[in-house]
Amino acid sequence: MSAETQRPETKPRMQEPRKQSLLARLPVVHQLRQSVGLQRGMLIAGLIITAVYVISAVFAQWIAPYGFAQLRNASGPFGSQQPPSPSHIWGTTVGGYDVFSRVIWGAQTALEVMVVAIILSIFIGVFLGLMSGYLGGWLDRILVVIADAIYAFPSLLLAIVMSIVISGGQSSLWGGIFAAAISITVVYIPQYFRVIRSEAVRIKNEAFVESAMVIGASTPRIMFRHVLRNSTRTLPLIFTLNASEAVLTLAGLGFLGFGIEPTAAAEWGYDLNKSLSDVTSGIWWTAIFPGLAIVLSVLGVTLVGESLNDLADPRLRGRRAVAAAPVAAASDSEPVDVAPVAAKSGDSQ
Amino acid sequence: MTADSAKTNAAKTNAATTDAAKTVVSITDLDVSFATDAGTVRAVDGVSLNVAAGEVLAIVGESGSGKTVTAKSILGLLPETATARGAIVLSNRAGTSTNDVLSLSKKQLRGIRGSDVSMVFQEPSTALNPVYTVGWQIAEGLRAHGDYSRAEAKAKAIEILGRVGIPDPKTRVNYYPHQFSGGQKQRVVIAQALVLNPGLIVADEPTTALDVTVQAEILDLLRRCRDEFGTAIVLITHNMGVVADLADRVVVMYQGEVVEEADAVTLFQNPQNDYTKRLLASVPHIGQGVLQTAERASAREASWANAAPVVVADHLRIEYPGRFGRSAFVAVDDVSFEIRAGEVLGLVGESGSGKTTIGRAIGGLTKVSGGSLKVLGHEMNGVRERVFKKTRSDIGFVFQDPASSFNPLLTIAECVAEPLIVHGRARDPRSARKRVDELLEAVQLPASFGDRYPHELSGGQRQRASLARAIALEPSLLIADEPTSALDVSVQARVLELFAELQREFGFAALFISHDLAVVDLLADRIAVLYHGTLVEEGTGAEVLGAPQHPYTQRLLASLPVPDPVEQAARREALHTLRAAQTAAS
Repeated sequence: MSAETQRPETKPRMQEPRKQSLLARLPVVHQLRQSVGLQRGMLIAGLIITAVYVISAVFAQWIAPYGFAQLRNASGPFGSQQPPSPSHIWGTTVGGYDVFSRVIWGAQTALEVMVVAIILSIFIGVFLGLMSGYLGGWLDRILVVIADAIYAFPSLLLAIVMSIVISGGQSSLWGGIFAAAISITVVYIPQYFRVIRSEAVRIKNEAFVESAMVIGASTPRIMFRHVLRNSTRTLPLIFTLNASEAVLTLAGLGFLGFGIEPTAAAEWGYDLNKSLSDVTSGIWWTAIFPGLAIVLSVLGVTLVGESLNDLADPRLRGRRAVAAAPVAAASDSEPVDVAPVAAKSGDSQ
Repeated sequence: MTADSAKTNAAKTNAATTDAAKTVVSITDLDVSFATDAGTVRAVDGVSLNVAAGEVLAIVGESGSGKTVTAKSILGLLPETATARGAIVLSNRAGTSTNDVLSLSKKQLRGIRGSDVSMVFQEPSTALNPVYTVGWQIAEGLRAHGDYSRAEAKAKAIEILGRVGIPDPKTRVNYYPHQFSGGQKQRVVIAQALVLNPGLIVADEPTTALDVTVQAEILDLLRRCRDEFGTAIVLITHNMGVVADLADRVVVMYQGEVVEEADAVTLFQNPQNDYTKRLLASVPHIGQGVLQTAERASAREASWANAAPVVVADHLRIEYPGRFGRSAFVAVDDVSFEIRAGEVLGLVGESGSGKTTIGRAIGGLTKVSGGSLKVLGHEMNGVRERVFKKTRSDIGFVFQDPASSFNPLLTIAECVAEPLIVHGRARDPRSARKRVDELLEAVQLPASFGDRYPHELSGGQRQRASLARAIALEPSLLIADEPTSALDVSVQARVLELFAELQREFGFAALFISHDLAVVDLLADRIAVLYHGTLVEEGTGAEVLGAPQHPYTQRLLASLPVPDPVEQAARREALHTLRAAQTAAS
């Protein structure tokens, strides 16, 4: 043990607490703690917007003053195109619905589309990507060609076809949700596929996979224990892009008139469509609020995704400016951490 | 410590009194800190040193000692996460102007880079841009610093290429980097650094990526830079042989501080600091292994030579298929050798000689395309994985890079338990834990290390864990593919010692692959030398290293720098004579 244990590398590591608390290691919390400056601002803004959006979706029943298809209450009909007032804080639509309630309920529909779209595409995409990347050969070639062909499809066109196939155009709540979700799925499977495939191809050549091979581990064991777990790092980014695309497609469907019936569920795209004529006649509240809802929900999710992506990459991650390093404290941990930094800066040359 | 600080003070007063024209760069009290996720880290701590004109100063130290950071700060090349304090006073070649690099603006820095100080990088194949001709890349430095017409710049590039020893520079100036060999690429990088005739060149591990025979040529060239161009060189390296060969003065760094500074001869013959002594002691020398080998050979029974060998290669041929109808690349051609039970065969060769390919073929990772390769009784030519799988428990494998040979998401204990689980000796990592702890103890790692993740271990510790994994099933054959080439010298000595101990204890046969003759000599019973895919020489260490027969082995042996400046100077002469004789003969 002579030469090496005297090296300082062994000691400081032992003194360090090996694991942070469970809370600090949770995916988003961990990134939030290590972020600084603008990146932290982006992440927090994204998280707040997303949180507001998710809360209003989950608790729509209690937040919204009226139902999404409610036209009248005890004191009679709401009236059409009423400007904002204490009883209808964001006014009413041309169809006589309460705008505020429709926007809140719409969040629920949008969230359902996101969840369905992600669940449908992520498993198939990841599995196919892993097979294709690790096994290679003719399977890989065929899957890549199919994935490329699907890229050529406009997702909105696909969504329209889907909605016609599923429910003949004018659709129910789940018909509309699945039309949007499935079309998103078809477009996003290739994306998950591509990302996981390229990671799998890279990791396939890493020494630890070869060391598993020389041990004699079976192919499925190598694929799932060694390759899959190391290739999921970029998933959060596509995950969030996928979610925002799902919302946009649903809104697009609704705007084109293939969306969900207003009596089946609230849907932002449908409301925007119906408010088209209002805009020219100076009725601003019917268009602004659903429009803002779409923009903010997409913005929030994308901000979270972008900042997670930046924070995952040590080269993009911002750090606090170095104050004068306290000599005594720093010299303890120094040799361990300097090595990678020095090596990295060497590589980048 | 008092001796060191006295020395630092002496250096400081030195800086003040030395004639400014003679000192090219003078670093005073340099502190560099990095912002990392784990907080602020001090990489360089109070370093002071001077480089005189026309002098080669070597900065040595292991990885993480701050040598590269110190050298890069001379060019103002620190990353944005770093902050530096102190003073780096850099003079130009004529000594007419001096600048403090740390206080210069980006624009001023651009002005001094290339003309006052330039850099030679470690990896020549990545330091050159593959889409431009080398002439263009050399001229780029000229264009940045002055008004040169296209023809003038090209003439200058041709001239400098000729001076760094590129044959036929008029044609070669229009070549792209991929048309040069690794050594020639490094010559081009040096030409690029020399073209503006700077007073100082910072060479960051300039020969680490090169083969030993090429390394000797590049060191000759760097020596000519000093003698013919009068350029001072700051040489960063971990290879003590290179230091002995080239350096006039040596600075030893450890944990970001200068621990010793002396001229080369004094340092090697009479090191003062404990760390320096330890560092020098752990450098392997040729000839260390002879006694051990003889001892082991005499301990063997007479019948041993008749027993069936573990590995038999008979006219082995391995090809990599070519692309788009191009003919296949022959990596190994007509190689025959044997490894007997309990014997260590050292396989030596340059990069591209096929040594790793042979190791991979024995491990069943690369297909054999011709001849015969018998591993533990299995014919590997056309073997099916299903048939070979059971045999795998009898083969251990240690990989070159300890950083990437562990799954980063599994703990060390889980990684070491993996072979036990795959071969049904244990159901899950927890039930294998007892055996894993024994194995970790066998490689002298505390059992608590089993709960750590690979990145929490140093390179040497990881390589020891890697040995633990390789011997987990008590294999009768171990393949070690350059197991120490990614490690620092002091750590390498420790791992080699451990390897020898384990081999004695478990008695496995081993194929030890390395590019370093001294390392192979230390461990191997027999040494096989590969050159361009063919086996040029095979025999015991005493035979191959004592009296090499093949011209390539002779050149390889003569090119290996030894960590002693006086002896190395003599060897250099011998190498020059040998090279001249071999060129004359061919």
